Order: sequence, then C-alpha cells, then structure tokens
Amino acid sequence: MSPNIIEFEHFSFTYRSQQEPTLRDITLSIAAGEKVLIAGPSGSGKSTLAHCLNGLIPFVHEGASDGRLTVKGRNPRELSIAAVSEMVGTVLQDPDGQFVGLTVGEDIAFGLENREVPLAEMNRRVTAAAAAVGIEELLGASPQELSGGQKQKTMLAGVLALNTDILLFDEPLASLDPASGAQVIEWIDRIAQETGKTVILVEHRLEEVLHRPVDRIIVMEDGRIVADFSPAQLLASEVLAGAGLREPLYLSALKYAGCTITEEMQPQHPDKLQLGEKQLTGLREWQASRAGSRSCPAYPPLLELQEITFGYGKEGPVLQQVSFTAGRGEMLCIAGRNGAGKSTLSRLICGLYKPDSGRILLNGRDIGRDSIRERAQHIGYVMQNPNHMLSKHLLHDEIALGLRLRGFGEEEIRERVRKTLQICGLLPFREWPVSALSYGQKKRVTIASILVLEPEILILDEPTAGQDYGSYHEMMEFLLELQQRRITVIIITHDMHLMLEYAQRTVVLSGGRKLADGRPEHVLADKQIADSANLRETSLYSLARRAGFTEPEEFVRRYIDDDRRRRP
Amino acid sequence: MRARMLTFTRQDSPVHRLNGAAKLIIFILWSVSAMITYDTRCLLAMLLLSLAAFRMSRVKFGDYAVVLYVILLFLVLNQMAIFVFSPLEGTRIYGTRHELVHLAGRYTVTAEQLFYQLNVALKYAVVIPLAILFLLTTDPGEFAASLNRIGVNYKIAYAVSLALRYIPDIQRDYEQISFSAQARGIDISRREKLPKRIKNMISILTPLILSSIERIERISAAMELRGFGTGRRRTWFRSKPFTFGDWVAVGSVCAIVAVSAVITFYDGSRFYSIF
Amino acid sequence: MARRNGLSIITIVAIGIGSALFVILGRFGSIPSGIPNTSIETTYALLALFSLLYGPVAGLLIGLIGHTLKDAFFYGSPWFSWVISSGLVGLIIGLAASRISIADGNFGRKEIITFNVAQVAANAIAWFAVAPVLDILIYAEPADKVFTQGLVAGAANMVTVGVIGTLLAAAFAKTRTKQGSLRKLN
Repeated sequence: MSPNIIEFEHFSFTYRSQQEPTLRDITLSIAAGEKVLIAGPSGSGKSTLAHCLNGLIPFVHEGASDGRLTVKGRNPRELSIAAVSEMVGTVLQDPDGQFVGLTVGEDIAFGLENREVPLAEMNRRVTAAAAAVGIEELLGASPQELSGGQKQKTMLAGVLALNTDILLFDEPLASLDPASGAQVIEWIDRIAQETGKTVILVEHRLEEVLHRPVDRIIVMEDGRIVADFSPAQLLASEVLAGAGLREPLYLSALKYAGCTITEEMQPQHPDKLQLGEKQLTGLREWQASRAGSRSCPAYPPLLELQEITFGYGKEGPVLQQVSFTAGRGEMLCIAGRNGAGKSTLSRLICGLYKPDSGRILLNGRDIGRDSIRERAQHIGYVMQNPNHMLSKHLLHDEIALGLRLRGFGEEEIRERVRKTLQICGLLPFREWPVSALSYGQKKRVTIASILVLEPEILILDEPTAGQDYGSYHEMMEFLLELQQRRITVIIITHDMHLMLEYAQRTVVLSGGRKLADGRPEHVLADKQIADSANLRETSLYSLARRAGFTEPEEFVRRYIDDDRRRRP
Repeated sequence: MRARMLTFTRQDSPVHRLNGAAKLIIFILWSVSAMITYDTRCLLAMLLLSLAAFRMSRVKFGDYAVVLYVILLFLVLNQMAIFVFSPLEGTRIYGTRHELVHLAGRYTVTAEQLFYQLNVALKYAVVIPLAILFLLTTDPGEFAASLNRIGVNYKIAYAVSLALRYIPDIQRDYEQISFSAQARGIDISRREKLPKRIKNMISILTPLILSSIERIERISAAMELRGFGTGRRRTWFRSKPFTFGDWVAVGSVCAIVAVSAVITFYDGSRFYSIF
Repeated sequence: MARRNGLSIITIVAIGIGSALFVILGRFGSIPSGIPNTSIETTYALLALFSLLYGPVAGLLIGLIGHTLKDAFFYGSPWFSWVISSGLVGLIIGLAASRISIADGNFGRKEIITFNVAQVAANAIAWFAVAPVLDILIYAEPADKVFTQGLVAGAANMVTVGVIGTLLAAAFAKTRTKQGSLRKLN
C-alpha cells in the first residue's frame, strides 16, 4: 500500500448536466497526517474536488470521471457514500443546512446514531468530542441560540466523534465573520496536531486559513491544479494574483513599499515574517512619502437617529439611547457582535418596528409616523441572502416589481429599469432568467430592485458575505459608485478590512449601546472596541507594530490610499 | 411569539420526568378513548383525572394562556355552529324531546340538545389538558426517539424531528422575506383588495418555497455524508429507558381506558342517556 | 425528484421541511377571503406543490405531520378528522400527478390540466366526503354542520391550489428549464 492516503492520477470529472469537464487532469497525492489547503476562486473546481473525496460525487451529483482516484487505497466509486463517510468526515460551509439535531448534543451524536452506537458509548464519545472543541457547556443549546462559529464547532465535534482518518472542510469559513473564522481555524489546527489526522481545507480565504500553519497549498484554476507549493513558496511566487485569490494584506503592503517577498522571509504568517533592515527602511520611506493627509469631507446630515430605545416585549431593551447621523453621500458601516442590535436597528429605520422612545429624522423631518411603504421611497433595505428577495422569473420583471406596485406606467417603468440595469452593470443580462445568474449577480439584482425606486439611503446586510475575492471587490466598487451618485450607503458588516478600505465612518454597537463612532482606522485601532464588536484586527496593524510604527492607523491609511491608486 | 405557541418548558415534575414514549402512548390512548365515549360519567371521571395530572405537572399558566384562550374561543364557536346547523341533534340521538324554550322557526332549546352539547364540550375538555401537557412537558429531542420506540419507522420519526428543528428557521425566513417585501411595497394586509393580496402573497411564497427546496437538497446531502438511512435501525442519543414509574403510568391509563370502554358499550350504545 | 423508490433521504428531508413550512404557512399564511369563516389557506398550495415534487408518500406525511404539529402548537390539540384529510389530499395529488416530470422543467398546458384535475379530485374526496364522515364517526358532530364546513373548505382549497399552487409550480419549473444558449446583450 502506498504511504499516500489520497491519490489522484490524471483524474477528470464532468457533471452529467454539463458539456465541459469541471476537473481536468488532476494529479495529486496527499500523505497521511498532512494538512493541505486547496484554494481557488468560485468555479475553479475546488468544491468538486472535495465532493469526489467525500462521495457526494458520484453518489449524489452524478457525472462521468476519467483517470484514477483512491482514498486509503480504494476507489470511492466502487463503495457507497456511507462507506466513504467511514474514511472521510466532512464539514460543509452552510452551518444551518448540516446542523440537523435539535440541540448541540443531538447533532454531535447524529453520525453515531446512524451507525447504531449504543447509548452509553455514544454519551462518552459525544462528551469527549464536545470537550475537544470547547463546547461542552453548550450540549443542551438549540441551533437558534448559537452563533455561526459555535455551529461550525458543533459540526467539527460531529466528525470527530466518528473518528475518521481524514477530515475534509469544504469552505468552513464561508458563512463566518473573520473573528469566528480565526477561532475555528485554531481549533482545526489543534485537532490536527492532537490526533495526527489528515486535514484537507478547501477555502478561498487564504490569509485566514494561514492564521495557523498548513503543510501545502494547492491552487486551482479552471478545473486544473496550477500550483502545489509550500505556503512560503506560494506567497513568494506570482501565482495568487493570476488565480483570483487575495494575497495576505501584510504582503501587499510590503510589495507597495517596494519590497520583494522571498521564501526566506517566512511570509506565511505576519508574526513569523522576517523583516530585515532593508524591508524596514522600505516601509518607513513608503509611510513617509505619503502626500498630506486624506481630507475628510463633511456630509450634510440626511438620516438622524436620536436616543433610540427599543425592546421586544418584556425581555428588556435591545437598543438603548442609540444616536447617530448618516450624511448624504456617506458610506457608513455598522459593526457589532451577533445580538448587539444591528438588525433591529435597520428594522427600526425601515419602519418595521416603532422605537419605544427617541426619534428618527430624515432630512430634518420626523418620520416616526410614516409607514414601511412610505419610508421605502427614501430608504432601501437589501437582505443578506438574495434568494430571499427574488420572486420573478425574468430580470426585467424582478426589477420592475416595486415600480408596478406603485402604479407607474409601463413606458416609464421600462425607462427606469433600463437605467438601473445600466448602473448595476446588468444590462447584458437583461433577457436572462434570474435563476441563471451567479450568486454575486443575484445580489446585484436585489440591489437593482431597490435602487430603481430611487432611494436616498441604501442599507445592506453583509453585502459581501460568502463571496470570493473577485465578487467582493466588484460589489464594493459598485457600492462606491453608488456613493458617488450621492446615495448614502449603510453597511452592516463584520469585516474590518472592508470598513477600512471603503467606509468613511464606523459605528460600533455593543449590548444595545453605541460604543464608538468615528473614522474606521481610529475606531478599530482600539483593541478593546474591536474585540467587543467581535472584529478581527487586520494583519496591517500587526505589520505596522512589527515595523515599530507608533501610529498604526496612519500606516493603514497609507496602505488604503496606495491600494486605491493602484487599482484600475 | 413564545407565549403564542406551546413549547417545551424545562421544569422538573413527575410529569416532566415521565418517558416521552410513555407520554405519547398515554396521550394517544386518552384521545382515542375520549373520542369514542359519549358516556357522561366516564367523561367526567376522565376530566377530573386529567386536571389532576395538570396540577401535578406544575406548568405555569403563562406558558399556555394564549393557546387556552384560542381553544376556548374555538369551543364556543363550535358549540354555536352545532346549534345553528342542528338544533335537534340531541333529540335525534336520545329519542326524547323535552322542550325548554322556543326561539324562532326550527330553533327550540331542548334538554336533550343541552345534554348532547355538554357531552361534546366534555370530550374536548378531557383531551385538551393532556394535549397541552404533552407539548409542554415533552422535550422535542426525545419525541422522535419516542415515535420510533412505539413502532414508527425511524426515517419518518426523523422527518418529524427535522420539522421541529426547522420550524424556527423557516419562521425567521418568512418574517424576513415578508419584511423586505413590505419595504418594496408588497402589501398583504387588508388594505389591498383580495386578488392583489393573493398576487402579493405569491411574491412572498415564491422565494420562501424556492429557497426551502434548495435547503432540502443541502440538508439531504449533509445527511447522506453523515451516514443517515443506511442501517435498518438507528440508536437515539435522547432515548431514555422505561422506568417502573413509566410502566405504572401506562398501565393505569390502559386500565382506565378499558373500564371506560366497558361502561360505554355495556348497554350497546355510545351514548349515555339521562332521559 | 425522489431518486430511489420508497423513502430516500431527500424524501425524508422534504417531509421534514414541508411539514415545517405547512406549520408556518398554516399559522401566518392564511388570507381572509371576505366570506365569513373562510380563508385562503396558502399552506394547501404548498402541500400540493410538494406532493407534485416529492411524490405521494411525502404528500401524505407532510399533510399528516404538518397538520398535527400546526394544530398542536397553536390550538393545543390536533383535530384528527381534518389531519387525516390533509394527508389524503397530499397522497392523492402525489399519486395522480406522478406522471408530471416537473423536475425537468416540464409544466405546460397539459401538465397544468393534469395537476388541476388531480387537485380538484383530491380536495373533493378529502373535504366533501372524508373529513365530514370522520367528523361524524369520531366526534358525532351533526351532519348538516360538518358537510357545510367541508363544502366551504374544499371549495376554498380548490381555488387556492388552482391559483397559487399552479403559479408556484410554474415558477419552480422555470428555475429548472434548460437555459440553452444565453447570450450577453449589448
């Protein structure tokens, strides 16, 4: 038997419904006990590769394969999905879809129940697995009480309880905020070290996975493997830029400062990074070369919240005395932990609920008495999941819906829809059915369907969640364009870099109160505030500190400015 | 929301401690028995017993108050409907006619009708305390294991568990979808005329149902990966062994049901008559 | 859509999620029709669609489980005669519509007629006959009352499924149609 636990040899795969192969000529071997990251943008075939390993292909998603694949010396195609699951334990990206138990304990036990493990042994294994990922206190909690990170830890405990040799994580971070993602990565690493299992991570969020070391990174593009390197080798190469993956921020900063990244610098982690005199000088000069301070434009106030207090029923207030102002044409981020009151706040602004006390002013007028529909003329709300907003078959009808309900004439509707499609870059798709669009495009359709009503304010809930770097970047640039059209954009997010890169202001909520309100790089430089909002500090701050800068926020601003200028 | 539907209360009482399967068997036997009998004596005795069980469980009034009002309203409406449609049903059943008050037309209040409707009311009154109790004191996690124990196929038992698992998620989805729809001007309240309202409702149902169908595909892939449905049996993390107390409870209810059936059918008719 | 006959995992999950939807729509998704005591119960459009998609067994069990849970949570106790009738509606639609391959995107005029004949038959059998008869047998309620109630509910459900159910099925079918050659336009 070969020492490799997984071997692909000239392996190709074509889905039954597709003409073109999704995987082409894959040759890859993974040794027992290795920790491997498979990275690539959406559509690169990395998830298909994972499905070939865990048996979803060919047992759930059918198709034709060519070449050879063995897992522990056996061909999965000749086994059943259940037999494959004895060798490979999988954690998927969507925690709600795979958390099937009514409580944490039941969900961890799910696989054991299916294998008819007796109750006494099951109890022992569930408790041990829960303790291994630090959720033993939560065994009785229901999924509705858990955060995304806790749900992913439950999944991890569930596969641990089965004691499979291979652990496969299929985009485990996709629905997590960066702070919870880092925690999950820490636990995965700890388990890999303690148990010696083979760990395969499929992710596009490279920097976050590299928070803990991996042995090897496989980069995929268009169904092929384009790199199979050690992390240091990969980061010193030019592969990432071509493959549509985001390079770790601290490395981009070094490159902007004119430094070359080499393997010897140990570029795989900002704390390990070897900075010689040459690099430090480079950074200092780069920082000093900054031309004046970025002016902070003043925005005339548009939306004002004055001492808003609100609670659901008797359970005590969810928001207490929250006040802030959003200016016309400003981009504002709202951050805070789950349950800090962010979504309640957006519902109050849109008029789904009425505040217990306090006032909401729009253009200086109290809108407390306006209905949801009246407010919708001025304030648009875009949900996180686009599939929850789309109800029409054709793109045109979806975007026209709001206008038709308001009784506009067909002529005007056609004109306005066309204009909106143009702004949103959707014009080439105008005759397409909505279901044929990608996730990022659907998201844009939902924004278009709100934008067509010509609101002054757009509130977006996690507009970039679950998207790869390419569509993240497109989405944010698009929102920036809207902002330049004098639309106020309010974004609810957990992504610190998004705030630094795009927002003029960040409001941090904690426990229903406003904790901070100011320029992102100032607010977020305060570790306490960042922690209370469950925000993960970007690696730019650590790099700035490593380089000995006393004001890391200056350094961050320098980076953002330069980054903007270098973009097309 | 919480108080508007019946949900499990994490408390400790003899009723909470009973095995879920035992409670399920008791509830089924009790409901069937109350459905069959029209014997006023049996119904009264059973009502007293169910109220006693209710007291023993120490559940709080607030946990079921709203549902109780809904039930009472429904009972009153049902009683009125029975009288409106069939004012002489009692006479037809019991074969005698003691007129009390003549109202108008065919509407005459008879002693037989009052007695018949009293029996109908009793039948509900016997089942409702136990039904409420069953829902308030049975941990949903134990429910699927209990169904499987009393002979329901484990896959179907698990489908019930999945329904319980995803009801809160789907409710949240429904609320969010209808919120964002309202913000776009989609109105399903009484302000709109019926055809428009139905059309608007479809705009909410379509994303809810299409996203649920996608969710079904994701969940079943995840369950396949975790080995569901391969064995002929499965074990249950939340199953509890039957204790002596469980046997006693089930045994007593069997006895009560048997006695009630004997009394009911002793004279060959479901209906006990005082006339 | 059920790949294997009998209870495939996807059928089990469809039963679970379908029942949960039945509960939520049964509680929040009913539209008062303007006629007293009669409302548009959108939950039956869901039941019909899921029976069409996932087959008779799923239809039967979604009706039984969904209706039992809805009654239990919101009204304290299941009303068994109507629970059984809901299951029957799902079963009959699932059986009669088994020839429609909606998963491939086929839902044209012919399929719409088949679906509606099936749903009208199912609702007629369940609400005009079975529910009232069970009401009489189980609860000994007066015949006039239960047949009138059955007639009203059955008619309302036929209209609901005929309009909303058909539109939902068509919307679903459209998401499944082969996209063919979609070209970007300038």
